[in-house]
Amino acid sequence: MKTLSFLLQKEFRQIFRNTTILRMIIAMPTIQLTILPLAADFEIKNINLVVVDQDHSTYARELVNKITASNYFRLVDYTGSTKKGLEYIESDEADVVLEIPFRFERDLVREGQQEVYLLINAINGTKATVGGAYLSQVISDFNREIRLEWQTGVNGRRNSVLDISPINWFNPLLNYRVFMVSGILVVLITMIGTYMTALNIVKEKEVGTIEQINVTPIKKHHFILGKLIPFWTIGIFVFSLGLLVVARLLYGIVPAGNLLLLYGYLAIYLIVVLGMGLLVSTYSQTQQQAMSLAFFMMMIFILMSGLFTSLESMPYWAQILARLNPVTYFIEVMRMVVMKGSEFKHISTHFMIMGGFALLFNSWAILNYRKTT
Amino acid sequence: MKQLSIFIRKEFKHVFRDRKTLLLLFGLPVAQIVLFGFALTNEIKDARLLIIDLSKDQTTQRMIEKFSASNSFLLEESVLTTREMEDAFKSGRIKLAVIFPSQFENDLMHEGGATVQLIADATDPNTATTLVNYASSILRESQQSTFSQSGGLSIRIEQRNIYNPELKGTTNFVPGVMALVLLLICVLMTSVSIVKEKEMGTMEILLVSPFNPFLVIIAKAIPYLLLSIVNLIVILLLSTFLLDTPINGNVFLLVGVSIVLIMAALSLGLLISNSTDSQQLAMLISLMGMMLPTMIFTGFLFPLENMPMPLQIVANIVPSKWYYIIVKDVMIKGLGFSAIWKETLILLGMTFLLLILSIRKFKTRLV
Repeated sequence: MKTLSFLLQKEFRQIFRNTTILRMIIAMPTIQLTILPLAADFEIKNINLVVVDQDHSTYARELVNKITASNYFRLVDYTGSTKKGLEYIESDEADVVLEIPFRFERDLVREGQQEVYLLINAINGTKATVGGAYLSQVISDFNREIRLEWQTGVNGRRNSVLDISPINWFNPLLNYRVFMVSGILVVLITMIGTYMTALNIVKEKEVGTIEQINVTPIKKHHFILGKLIPFWTIGIFVFSLGLLVVARLLYGIVPAGNLLLLYGYLAIYLIVVLGMGLLVSTYSQTQQQAMSLAFFMMMIFILMSGLFTSLESMPYWAQILARLNPVTYFIEVMRMVVMKGSEFKHISTHFMIMGGFALLFNSWAILNYRKTT
Repeated sequence: MKQLSIFIRKEFKHVFRDRKTLLLLFGLPVAQIVLFGFALTNEIKDARLLIIDLSKDQTTQRMIEKFSASNSFLLEESVLTTREMEDAFKSGRIKLAVIFPSQFENDLMHEGGATVQLIADATDPNTATTLVNYASSILRESQQSTFSQSGGLSIRIEQRNIYNPELKGTTNFVPGVMALVLLLICVLMTSVSIVKEKEMGTMEILLVSPFNPFLVIIAKAIPYLLLSIVNLIVILLLSTFLLDTPINGNVFLLVGVSIVLIMAALSLGLLISNSTDSQQLAMLISLMGMMLPTMIFTGFLFPLENMPMPLQIVANIVPSKWYYIIVKDVMIKGLGFSAIWKETLILLGMTFLLLILSIRKFKTRLV
């Protein structure tokens, strides 16, 4: 116990001595958490639309009015030339071109059907799908309306109406930022924990001071605990700063669930994260190696965590990979507890899995850590 | 000239000696291409859906069948009470609930209308909106096929997706991955290169030697320039042969512009290396400081035009943003130099500026 307290003193002193790094560890996540959620807005809106109207009929005008009245589209130009429409797509000024052909209204009424053409700039597949779907929906709505109008005019009979009333639970205003803030905070904490632990231990290796520790009677677990506890404390501190200051004051996010539950999970998660850092350090000789390894891991972990894309849509093998990634679970827990107010019974499996990870990474790292070089 | 070549040889030896790092450097682009190509998608399918049917009539039965036939949804076995439904939402078991009230068919047939309630888990607003849209269109179609008399006034929508007829995600992310990998790896590797010598004390030796300090910087950057070009070729090959996303434009133009980005990244890395005094700090800046911002501001994950104005301005200083635009134009759209000269000029300007800054920083350390 006494050995540990000496070691802790040494580690804390080393951390507090280097104020540049300390300030970095605290400022960088705070700044990123402030800025990035504003930028990470996935809601597809402001789809740039060019209408090529060769008909200029009442129906054509009504349709265009209906489309521009929805909030999704921004009318870039209203023109009569298809060629011009294509040019807009080529220069990336338009995402969608809607072409209403000549005699649209006349043929629609006379022949009972008529086409409209959608040209979609599909480099960004998501935007294309969503934009196309929105536009098709507006057009179908419009179609339903005029058909209803027409039929009422013809036989005076009302159609039965199917009313669909959607409710959005947990996030009624569909605020994308709340969703991103919780995810980004998790990633930032993970990066700090892994990088700092890995670099710190490897630095001792590289500089050679680890040899000095190795020849002392300090036990392996004392040394490791001495390294982990300071970063664990810093992790808790940065997390609190993010959740209680940045998220609350800037984004107005107040966790719907129990704060203690969240911290309980964080405590275990940090052990996992630090264990990963430790593991990286045991596999590298130089700081550069540790950095490349940690960078590689982090890149994969971030991409496979469901931070930016949803897990359900992944193929089966990828879902298994995502389930082997601790970051996935904490992001889920954050979003569940903060946004849905989930309780312990809802996330008990998450707790068990994270406990398993903690055990796995740390024992692997300790086994792999050799006191003698 | 001879000095330089000796020095470059020394740097190459340093780089190639460290097999582990090399392996990771080449592994990263491959892993990213595979993940983005086969694992990550924004398309929504197999969302778990709960249907609470309080009416249990033919109409609802038909609608439920439509739901189970759809690729977007996976039907969850029915739970009845609202309390149980709330639990299912809170433990993340379902994403959407569809509730048919009692007397649904009767109301629809004879009372002139009925209401279906959709409850969406809106923690992820995008998924929620999309699911509500999918569900609504399934319900509407099913109703229309039952009730409306066919014929008369139908607008057919003919949709054509240009540049990407199959709506593959790859056309968007291959340029994104190129930007991400080239920028981050270059910055990361060069950012430690000089500060490492400083930390180890070998810098002093270099400085007292007759080497021109400018050559020291150049020699540090060249091995990474070559490595990055190899990485670039690997990505392009993978994209062409593994993902079927070929290069539509001029290959040499693409490689040329990539070299400009690589040089910008190397200069940024050198600047970081010259302005810090420990490897830890340099890595912290290039790893922590750059990873997420580069991912987000490049514009391949999130549409840039959605960002608030100040952040769109911030995005302009991220080199990968410009490179991403260039690669999309050249590689996917097959456009020529006339379409990208502006972006290329901006990248060149950035490179120049960063290089001057880093040499300045380096010199002040000398005196």
